[in-house]
Amino acid sequence: MEETTKRELVLHVNGERRSIVTRQAETLLFVLRDGLGLTGAKPGCLNGDCGACTVLVDGTPIKSCMMLAIETVGKEITSIEGLDDAPIQHAFVRHFAFQCGYCTPGFIMNAHALIERHPNADEATIQEWLESNICRCTSYQEIEAAVKEVLEAKKAKPTDP
Amino acid sequence: MVPFDFAYYRPQSIAEATALFAALERDGKRPLYYGGGTEIITLSRLNLVRTAAVIDIKSIPECRALEASADPLVLGAALALGELEEANPFPLLTKAAREVADRTARNQITLGGNICGQIFYRETALPLFVAEADVIIAGPYGIRQCRFLDLFHQQLQLGRGEFVVQFKVDRATATLPHFHRKRRKQGEVGYPLVTIAALKKDGTVRVALSGICPFPFRSADVEAHLNDRNRPVGERIQAAVDAFPRPILHDIEGSADYRLFVAAQLLEDMLRELGDGETV
Ligand code: FES
Ligand code: FES
Repeated sequence: MEETTKRELVLHVNGERRSIVTRQAETLLFVLRDGLGLTGAKPGCLNGDCGACTVLVDGTPIKSCMMLAIETVGKEITSIEGLDDAPIQHAFVRHFAFQCGYCTPGFIMNAHALIERHPNADEATIQEWLESNICRCTSYQEIEAAVKEVLEAKKAKPTDP
Repeated sequence: MVPFDFAYYRPQSIAEATALFAALERDGKRPLYYGGGTEIITLSRLNLVRTAAVIDIKSIPECRALEASADPLVLGAALALGELEEANPFPLLTKAAREVADRTARNQITLGGNICGQIFYRETALPLFVAEADVIIAGPYGIRQCRFLDLFHQQLQLGRGEFVVQFKVDRATATLPHFHRKRRKQGEVGYPLVTIAALKKDGTVRVALSGICPFPFRSADVEAHLNDRNRPVGERIQAAVDAFPRPILHDIEGSADYRLFVAAQLLEDMLRELGDGETV
């Protein structure tokens, strides 16, 4: 049986192929941050509770502290560095939806996926999704306002990607 | 963050998975089958799990099956709870799944993992108990199918090297009138004080509970009392609560007395909502 614990992985991150030698037991969060220098996803609780580490794997929000990097081989990973002028980023700035900003990348990735997946999200769906992330500075109202603004704008311009 | 090393395997078939398990076991690796991985990773960090090899079952097609229009319904063990919610083949199971962890975590937590992991609430087992689902299990001796409830004694009785492949649920049963409630100590966060899942078939209520004991259960005695229409509802509920298995959980989330109090309230709500509480 194969004994080596380190392996070379080829990951697709933010539209680029990145190869890295890493422990098979390493989480996606640490491979992104320490291996690939993508420090946007934040380590918070490392226990699946806070959502600061949220990234998208094939468009689905995932807590990267609870997924092995090796599980994502063959999938498309999007971190906050991969968002380019997404409407939710501007809405966060407009609504001042952060204070210290530590939770912001996780919130934005989750909110971005929500907007893409459920452009007609109702109040309950918005709440259900946003409950996955914690903000210690309690910018919750501003975050909710930012998400709703983007959803409204999208409804008004349904052909916009 | 996992503070030790392991090797990761991703078999493409049931046979490959069970053969891998046997080989790794022979090599002293203490392999673990791996679904969403959330529990293995978080408990590893706390040194509560240790292994030298994990076998990820997410590439095994049977484990990913979701046959929502078949009869019986086929639900693969490696389906994420979020996927089950969106497809909604079994509404009572959807309701149970939605109360587990949070929406993002449920993109990872699998049905099989919620039922076979170490955290003992295993709330998605409740709908499968009351629907009298079958479980398909693969292991060193091949594949077997049995009644889920018959194989669940405080936890699913899996032999060494076995893993859950699928659940099968009778299609008509999956659409019966049902009831689901989860009560926590505070708001929407944390483990349950009491979770109840129930459905009504041919005038008889079937009920399963989690959060009362350190294991989920469905009890014939409890149901006999609840369905005893010769007695007033209050008496039926009291007799049912008295017939709960023991021990009753008594911890920081809630005392034993409080859990029983909440359970009695929820049983009353359940009987009323299922049209069985007219003499309350
Ligand atoms: S760091 Fe991943 S959920 Fe908190
Ligand atoms: S802005 Fe500080 S944690 Fe959210």
